[in-house]
Amino acid sequence: MAFDNAYESLTEEHGEETRWAYGTGFADTMAGVAHALPAGADPADLFAYCLMLGDDALVLAQRLAEWCSRAPELEEDVALANIGLDLLGQARPLYTRAGEVYPAGRPAGVPRHVPDEDALAYFRDEHAFRNVRLVEIDCGPGPGGDFAATIARLLVFSSWRLALLSRLTSSTDPVLAAVAAKGVKELAYHRDHAAQWTLRLGDGTEESHRRMVAGLATVWPLLDELFIAHPVELRLAETGVAADPSALESEVDEVLDQVLARAGLDRPEVRPLAPVGGRAGRDGVHTEAMGYLLAEMQYLARSQPEAVW
Amino acid sequence: MSWPLWEVFVRGKRGLNHVHVGSLHAPDAELALRHARDVYTRRNEGVSIWVVPAGAITASSPDEKDPFFAPSGDKVYRHPTFYVIPDDVPHL
Amino acid sequence: MSERTTPEGELERQFERTVAAEARIEPRDWMPDGYRRTLIRQIAQHAHSEIIGMQPEGNWITRAPSLRRKAILLAKVQDEAGHGLYLYSATETLGADREELTRNLIEGRQKYSSIFNYPTLTFADVGVIGWLVDGAAICNQVPLCRTSYGPYARAMIRICKEESFHQRQGYELLMTMMRGTEEQRRMVQDATNRWWWPSLMMFGPPDGDSPNTRQSMAWRIKRHTNDELRQKFVDMTVPQAERLGVTLPDPELRWNPERGHYDFGTPDWAEFKRVVSGDGPCNAQRLAHRRKAHEDGAWVREAAAAYAARRSAERKGAA
Repeated sequence: MAFDNAYESLTEEHGEETRWAYGTGFADTMAGVAHALPAGADPADLFAYCLMLGDDALVLAQRLAEWCSRAPELEEDVALANIGLDLLGQARPLYTRAGEVYPAGRPAGVPRHVPDEDALAYFRDEHAFRNVRLVEIDCGPGPGGDFAATIARLLVFSSWRLALLSRLTSSTDPVLAAVAAKGVKELAYHRDHAAQWTLRLGDGTEESHRRMVAGLATVWPLLDELFIAHPVELRLAETGVAADPSALESEVDEVLDQVLARAGLDRPEVRPLAPVGGRAGRDGVHTEAMGYLLAEMQYLARSQPEAVW
Repeated sequence: MSWPLWEVFVRGKRGLNHVHVGSLHAPDAELALRHARDVYTRRNEGVSIWVVPAGAITASSPDEKDPFFAPSGDKVYRHPTFYVIPDDVPHL
Repeated sequence: MSERTTPEGELERQFERTVAAEARIEPRDWMPDGYRRTLIRQIAQHAHSEIIGMQPEGNWITRAPSLRRKAILLAKVQDEAGHGLYLYSATETLGADREELTRNLIEGRQKYSSIFNYPTLTFADVGVIGWLVDGAAICNQVPLCRTSYGPYARAMIRICKEESFHQRQGYELLMTMMRGTEEQRRMVQDATNRWWWPSLMMFGPPDGDSPNTRQSMAWRIKRHTNDELRQKFVDMTVPQAERLGVTLPDPELRWNPERGHYDFGTPDWAEFKRVVSGDGPCNAQRLAHRRKAHEDGAWVREAAAAYAARRSAERKGAA
């Protein structure tokens, strides 16, 4: 290895070592995907649907990123970051698709050099975010939760999203189908990770059991909302673009019941979190936590809209 | 409280042996495998992973180097280059 | 076939021959106690630096101003956790224990790189850390890929390969920002001004004040002196700064054609000593953050261990 130029030496071959020190063969899963608008789908609806799926992923990625450097063990720090990166990777093509099918939905006044994904992530106000409320609440490492609440949310979310994306692999929208095809592999891993931890915390020590019970009680009121179909979802389900979330409930319930039973945990007896005037996350009506989350996420991009990053 | 140590072996691609890449801590085999995936294959480094409790490995001692490995050092007849074959013999 | 059969003096000569021949020392080989102690201390400090080093940049993940930058930064900080982990692994081949090393860190008995005791004040700091701090780290680390202890050298190869992405993402961010607004160029210059001198200090005190260097070089744990590495870093960085369009905050910086190197000013070694001894802008905060994460995670680690013990007992009972 040459010392004359430390940077060049990094790209030198290390013989046999390369095969374990750095992998190769990265594939762009979106390459070659068709972009035609599916027949019968209203572009404004498809735009809204991409935001729903994208916002769920982005907001949970933002929450998971809060764990970075704070996880219970280094190995788990790496694992939570991987899950966050997967979700971020799902959100980005969804926003790009949203911007592509319905340019009128792009927030007004955002400079043209800002790509659609960032215009939509950073320049929409809270009421325009369509994520379910489950992903936005503080489940730790902040004061609203702990590792158990984080795992409880991840278990519920990944079980639900896996069921949803499994159906979307046959969406008539080619981009949604491609995002879903990649996403199901990721979500299967996320669900497995959450299930493994649910077992260990539920059936670990007295303290971990108590915390897991509390974590489940934190997220369970937000479970029902996942299965309430929004009119956009229903209209798009008719054209084969979307999946009707109300059809996922029994499948998700079965998974959750299995995991909880093995972990020695009961389904929490809690009432669903009430909507506000009949409206919840999918309608842009959120919990108080959402404003703070967006304030942190968006302030820099918004304070210098002309800047390039 | 610290978790036990596991040694991690990764098969880089089909056709290659598993190679030792390092170690990690995990409470049990299932999580050790998952941690190994997250820690040691973030950049497509592998297609298969083994995890082994570090304590389960029996290693030869460096002091036994001579009795263990020296006897194979002089058996040059095990290597194909030991045999002189004229250049014009095909397919050898 | 026991270790007693070879006298200590012969073992030591064997060790020295191995090192002199540029071969690697492996975990179960005989090694002098001082070599083992020096390695554990150096690798542990290096591991601690990776782990503490997650904080200054991690500080910006939730505020990164584009989704691309957010993904890059999260992946980068995640890599640092991975690097810490590889290095703790290397110390464990020498008989150290990660839990004990973590205690040494959070109780202040072992140090980490002082650079991480400075705050990240704007998003330009993310770029400048990639460019200067990771650049300096690469200068320090590339020669360590040939260090005499095998597991350390192998960890360093893997780390250096991953670090090259870190350094490049930093420089790319700065180039992008320099093409942006006046305000962004001001941010980049300001961050460069704050990080330049601490980056030079990363190579450690001048050779005359570095008591351990000579033995470490004899053992080929270390391959170059602090001043050699610092000069190398300056020589590499000056043209990069010119290309970027920022000014390095050193009036004495100029090319010296006779030496074939850049001359540069003297870092404030009094400040360096203050920060190393705990009196930097963020020392207390960084340690408290790491301590809290470790302590808050204790119940999780205990739960998983208890679960594993119970499953293992069940399997034995069933057998």
